[in-house]
Amino acid sequence: MQPFTQHRGLVVPLDRSNVDTDAIIPKQFLKAITRTGYGPFLFDAWRYDDAGGFPGQDCSIRPLNMDFVLNQPRYQGGSVLLARENFGCGSSREHAAWALVDAGFRVIIAESFGEIFHGNAVKNGLLPITLDGETVDALFRACETHPGYTLEVDLSGQQVVPPVGGSVVFEVEPDVRDRLLHGLDDIGLTLEHSDSIRAFEHRRAERFPWLYR
Amino acid sequence: MGRTLYDKLWDTHVVRENPDGTVLLYIDRHLIHEVTSPQAFDGLRAANRLPWRLDSILAVPDHNVPTINRERILDPVSRNQLEALDTNVTAYGLDHFPLHDRRQGIVHIIGPEQGFTQPGITIVCGDSHTATHGALAALGFGIGTSDVEHVLATQTLVMRKSRNFRITVDGQLSPGVTAKDVILAIIGRIGTAGATGYTVEYAGEAIRTLSIEGRMTLCNMSIEAGARAGLVAVDEKTIDYLRGRPYSPSGADWEQAVRYWTTLVSDRDAVFDRELTLHADEIAPQVSWGTSPEMVVPVNERVPDPATEVDPVRRQSMEQALRYMDLTPGTAVTDIPLDKVFIGSCTNARIEDLRDAAAIVRGRHVSPVIRQALVVPGSGLVRAQAESEGLDRVFRDAGFEWREPGCSMCLGMNPDQLGPGERCASTSNRNFEGRQGAGGRTHLASPAMVAAAAVHGHFVDVRQFGNNV
Ligand code: SF4
Repeated sequence: MQPFTQHRGLVVPLDRSNVDTDAIIPKQFLKAITRTGYGPFLFDAWRYDDAGGFPGQDCSIRPLNMDFVLNQPRYQGGSVLLARENFGCGSSREHAAWALVDAGFRVIIAESFGEIFHGNAVKNGLLPITLDGETVDALFRACETHPGYTLEVDLSGQQVVPPVGGSVVFEVEPDVRDRLLHGLDDIGLTLEHSDSIRAFEHRRAERFPWLYR
Repeated sequence: MGRTLYDKLWDTHVVRENPDGTVLLYIDRHLIHEVTSPQAFDGLRAANRLPWRLDSILAVPDHNVPTINRERILDPVSRNQLEALDTNVTAYGLDHFPLHDRRQGIVHIIGPEQGFTQPGITIVCGDSHTATHGALAALGFGIGTSDVEHVLATQTLVMRKSRNFRITVDGQLSPGVTAKDVILAIIGRIGTAGATGYTVEYAGEAIRTLSIEGRMTLCNMSIEAGARAGLVAVDEKTIDYLRGRPYSPSGADWEQAVRYWTTLVSDRDAVFDRELTLHADEIAPQVSWGTSPEMVVPVNERVPDPATEVDPVRRQSMEQALRYMDLTPGTAVTDIPLDKVFIGSCTNARIEDLRDAAAIVRGRHVSPVIRQALVVPGSGLVRAQAESEGLDRVFRDAGFEWREPGCSMCLGMNPDQLGPGERCASTSNRNFEGRQGAGGRTHLASPAMVAAAAVHGHFVDVRQFGNNV
């Protein structure tokens, strides 16, 4: 996983609550068996002015919905996504995180997140930051009034720093922070405890033999 | 201090507590389907790792599968994904129910049906509706593909404990009101993020009165309230349900298992971080009007007016939803015209759901305004049971299509989809934009409500659907 320490990027304001994983990456793209290549299909139904794309399609020839924020010239190259409550609610599809990363996003700021999405994001080096409604509101206003509005995100200092100063501190769980900062391989770490797992399993098999064949 | 059911399930699975406050949680059982597993197996291979415990895994294709003409899968991308599952199942020698097996079906239907899901276990799947399995007092939750790989490789997950939330439904449900209406009413009340960070235990007389299948419907949609897991405590019904199932313990093991299972209830003095109580007699049949499962109203009410919403963010999402759904505020729910109906999904495609729907449909006909009426049983065994009861005839005679099992139009990864602008009454669980097909519009409701809507071409209050309506 790509480590995350600091990032400065253009903010893309997606002014919606309950952005679900079906909206982030529609079902037809879940048929692929890779971890990459989902970027062009991110927010497919909102982004393109057609009846929906299909896997492997060349998106450069599809009509764009210019009302959608991701298509507006001022937000090209954005890497910090701003949204409202409950971003990433819905399914467990990690494709949602893969698509965001593939499209160049490194940070999502929202009032709250769907729990499974939150975990998936962290596992892909995409930092989900939870801020209160008032702060999120202020960020939306700042994006609106300042073209080219960027934010600097410092994970070790747990701060979001706007261009004019006045940093905002955010909470992050210590395990999430460590994993992102060091780009840790979860499985490798867990396997260091193989003996404990095996011992636990042994005790469990004695107590609940019907669960083991 | 007493422990909740969730506390007990959690405690018995902690392998190790990490210094950062997470724990290594042991996973007993792992359900696998074709969509969220190929990248996990690839990861395993790339790192030269093997699955930790093969007998913990059961695989089944369900999301992509066609529900007619199963011999030839026309979509090459779907076919490729289904073949990837076959390849992995063969490579590692996993237990699986292939497409032509009569036990094949939606992953959350076959787990309980086979007795693979049992009280007291942890069970995961790369699918958010794994919450379903909590109906049998199993701790079940959905995981992403990286975690699928983690469970394959280590039989554990790194997790943080959720908080305890008890939702009590007192009293008796009125006739015509089902588990689906209860969970939709709960989501309508607490919102789609209302239970985020919690494991929900459903309790109270109305829940105890529900069948195990009804409890599955209830727990299934916990994720739509933001909770990763939903639970119902063990009682006689749980034990009766599990007796004699293929993966259930037998002989001396059975006695021992039952003794353990009966302890899987919250202690009387257990403290929940949050409590909510609803009264069953206040719950009417529900219909969703918007693009989030919290946007629901009782069938005898009207589509709400955003103008009456004070919160600007809420108001904006209501307006967006109404635009997408092409609905005008103040429209009576029973006046919403429909194009299609779908009876299926892991929420409502078990035998009792089909019986409920068939009871409404029997001797009647699908309204001529309905372009397609689909019944997609949750598994091959559900389908066979329904056929032995003659339910397939009831549906077919009424003008429904009787299909082979799979996820089907719940998410339309197979050819069963809504066209742009089409409006569907659906027994599934998500009414997100485009969920059942790009541009399609979904109204969630119970099987009986959807069946009645099929007959009339619009929603009707199933409580008034006497023999002569
Ligand atoms: S039936 Fe629908 S919700 Fe259930 S597993 Fe299949 S796609 Fe997911």
